[in-house]
Amino acid sequence: MSKPLIALKNVCVHIGAKVALHDVSLSLTSGEIVTVVGPNGSGKSTLLRTLIGALKPTGGTLTHRPNLRIGYVPQKLHIDPTLPLTVRRFLSLPQRVSDDVAQKALQDAGAEALEHQQMTSLSGGQFQRVLLARALLNRPHILILDEATQGLDQPGSADFYAQIERVRQQFGCAVLMVSHELHVVMAASDRVICLNGHICCEGAPETVASAPEYRALFGSGTHGALALYRHEHSHTHDENCAHDHNHHHADDQTHAHGDHT
Amino acid sequence: MSLLDDFMVRAVLAGLGVVLAAAPLGCFVVWRRMAYFGDATAHASILGVALALAFNLSIFGGVLSVALIMALTVSSLGGRGYAMDTLLGVMAHSSLAFGIVAVSLIDSVRIDLMAYLFGDILAVGRMDLLVIWMGAAAVLILLIARWSALLTATLNPDLASAAGISPKQEQLILSLALAVVVAVAIKVVGVLLIAAMLLIPAAAARPFARTPERMAAIAVGIGIVSVGGGIQLAFQFDTPTGPTIVCVCAVLFCAASLSELIRKNT
Repeated sequence: MSKPLIALKNVCVHIGAKVALHDVSLSLTSGEIVTVVGPNGSGKSTLLRTLIGALKPTGGTLTHRPNLRIGYVPQKLHIDPTLPLTVRRFLSLPQRVSDDVAQKALQDAGAEALEHQQMTSLSGGQFQRVLLARALLNRPHILILDEATQGLDQPGSADFYAQIERVRQQFGCAVLMVSHELHVVMAASDRVICLNGHICCEGAPETVASAPEYRALFGSGTHGALALYRHEHSHTHDENCAHDHNHHHADDQTHAHGDHT
Repeated sequence: MSLLDDFMVRAVLAGLGVVLAAAPLGCFVVWRRMAYFGDATAHASILGVALALAFNLSIFGGVLSVALIMALTVSSLGGRGYAMDTLLGVMAHSSLAFGIVAVSLIDSVRIDLMAYLFGDILAVGRMDLLVIWMGAAAVLILLIARWSALLTATLNPDLASAAGISPKQEQLILSLALAVVVAVAIKVVGVLLIAAMLLIPAAAARPFARTPERMAAIAVGIGIVSVGGGIQLAFQFDTPTGPTIVCVCAVLFCAASLSELIRKNT
């Protein structure tokens, strides 16, 4: 495995007096798509905000490769209607970019021809693509998305994830995203991290979906929905899955609970 | 006899100085929904007038320090789960009340309270003019230098953090700029109407702008017309100048909103 782009080791984050995250260890390497799932208030956004540097860890260490470029797509961005802003101008914030670069980024994000529109006039799907284009401007090593498809309908979010996949192939960047849409996201991820203040379990989508910690959080109902998409795999690789699962648990022990022992 | 000997010329220049700084800053006040914040800072500054008179300091210095303290207090309270509008309302009006009471207790000097509440642009002296233009220039330079960062932080704090911009620092810069604008504008429009000079030109400019820069420029233009027209009308009809300037500004705002309404419906 190549050297991680960014790594957290036993990281704790406090928000006020509240512990939002504790003992979180994870690393990201080039080209992988990692999804963070977890119930509301489980610290998903806190985790992303720590990775982009908006929050400082109160314990543990965050290391990243020198000159790491991060592209960040925030959770649905509210732009005040009193702020006039064209898509083109938005892309030049805070660093001015040339027309060529802006055009290219819009193309890569599937948002051509929106250049002269007002940000407040865009549809939900268009808006998210413009946010994606903005994140692609500096040719990021890591793309971080915080519930990027919130408010999109199912075909809309499926399209958006297909776009992310194309971007990943084109740029070879790592992708870390938070999502609520378990089935879509899990089908598109290499690795899933299930978060609830700490990392409950992590691994390949099938592994996580069958982990008891995951079921405890999301219920077996969600697993049923997932099975709809994944049933062939779980049938043929039942045995493997069990192995994976055990293996993964050993991992989990050292990663997330290492400090307690 | 130089041009500056004419009190009308000094009045116009003072108004222009204030508008040049207040209109672009006002855009941020509108975008960030800080209208009440501006109000609170402005109202608190009457306390600065009282302190300056009591300790024989310059009015500018007194107002600037109180406005700065108020702006910093309010911005540090922001985002801590307080009901901001209630809190700001309490602070704005209580500091105004305390300020007026404090001014009235200082009986060593006879002062015209109205001049501080509504401004006295016709009494602007050369020294005042210098202070106004230096303050306005400082604010304008600060805004232009930090424009992109301020705008990004205004859009979304996390987006700013991801780009290596500290949203807290940008908030601080705006607070500082606000305090300076309040301190230089007190002579021109008075504490009660400073917020109007921040908000109304920016709000009137909104329908005509497609980019933030354009909105700031149009706001300055509307401010300039208001100052010119206001002083002219006040002279003609013998009305208080500061409020007349704000009236012209408000009429322009109505015209702008109306034209937008018509444009949308046709």
